[in-house]
Amino acid sequence: MMFGVIQFPGSCDERDALAACERVGDARLLWHANRDLAGVDVVVVPGGFSYGDYLRAGAIARFSPVLEAVREFAAEGGPVLGICNGFQVLCEAGLLPGALLGNEQIRFVCRQVEIVVENDRSAFTAGLEAGQRLSIPVKHGEGRFFAPDDELDRIEANGQVAFRYAPGQNPNGSARDIAGVCNEAGNVLALMPHPEHAVDPLTGSTDGLRLFESAARALA
Amino acid sequence: MGVKARVLIRPKEGILDPQGKAVERALPALGFEDVSHVRVGRMVELEAGDPDEIPALCEKLLANPLVEDFEIEHLDGDG
Repeated sequence: MMFGVIQFPGSCDERDALAACERVGDARLLWHANRDLAGVDVVVVPGGFSYGDYLRAGAIARFSPVLEAVREFAAEGGPVLGICNGFQVLCEAGLLPGALLGNEQIRFVCRQVEIVVENDRSAFTAGLEAGQRLSIPVKHGEGRFFAPDDELDRIEANGQVAFRYAPGQNPNGSARDIAGVCNEAGNVLALMPHPEHAVDPLTGSTDGLRLFESAARALA
Repeated sequence: MGVKARVLIRPKEGILDPQGKAVERALPALGFEDVSHVRVGRMVELEAGDPDEIPALCEKLLANPLVEDFEIEHLDGDG
């Protein structure tokens, strides 16, 4: 069971993601300039500011060589988890619907939030139950999930909403309180909150570990 | 020497633009009481060997067509 965590210039959460993966399996970093995923079983696109977030968050990263490999991996059903900037990259790459815009209140938000599991069918949520609440931190300036209304209706009808912010806890103005979505097949999932920062009691919550455990079990 | 162009990118109509709102709210404090509908976007200047490629590169990279509109201005001479 090998997790691969992508490292872009400007990534800043790849070490935490690596450490989270290593609690449930083996893990290695994948450099952005390599087209090769080195045979990993799961790909994590971590948080940070890939390529300085120039132009728009995720806009340049989506053209990186490693993303071509991720695209093929995802098309074959390989599990891909995007976190924060990774969510932005996967939306820009067209692997997930919607876009992430600047937070409604303009400020960067950095705080613990509760999210509710909506879809427990993906590899990353199979070990969770729909309706379950997780306490996980957010830290982002551009996390407002947006899609046109008809697209939102389609996403909801397909069961592609993976996580919602708990009532009253939407930190950024995301449409319909959406904190994370998956693709139609369910193998590509991303969220703005950072599960990799919630894997040790030292930092207040271990709820984030559930996503990594879930993937490890689903693929065992 | 390619053709000079300027691309204006702005949030689509109806999409909340918090930067625009912040600017709008700041103006009355400076005595500008009658300014509304402020929208903040981006401007990109470029030179293209083949100007016919500019719309495609806007769609693919400079703008995210889901949330942004873009407008291409061709600049004459030295622009």
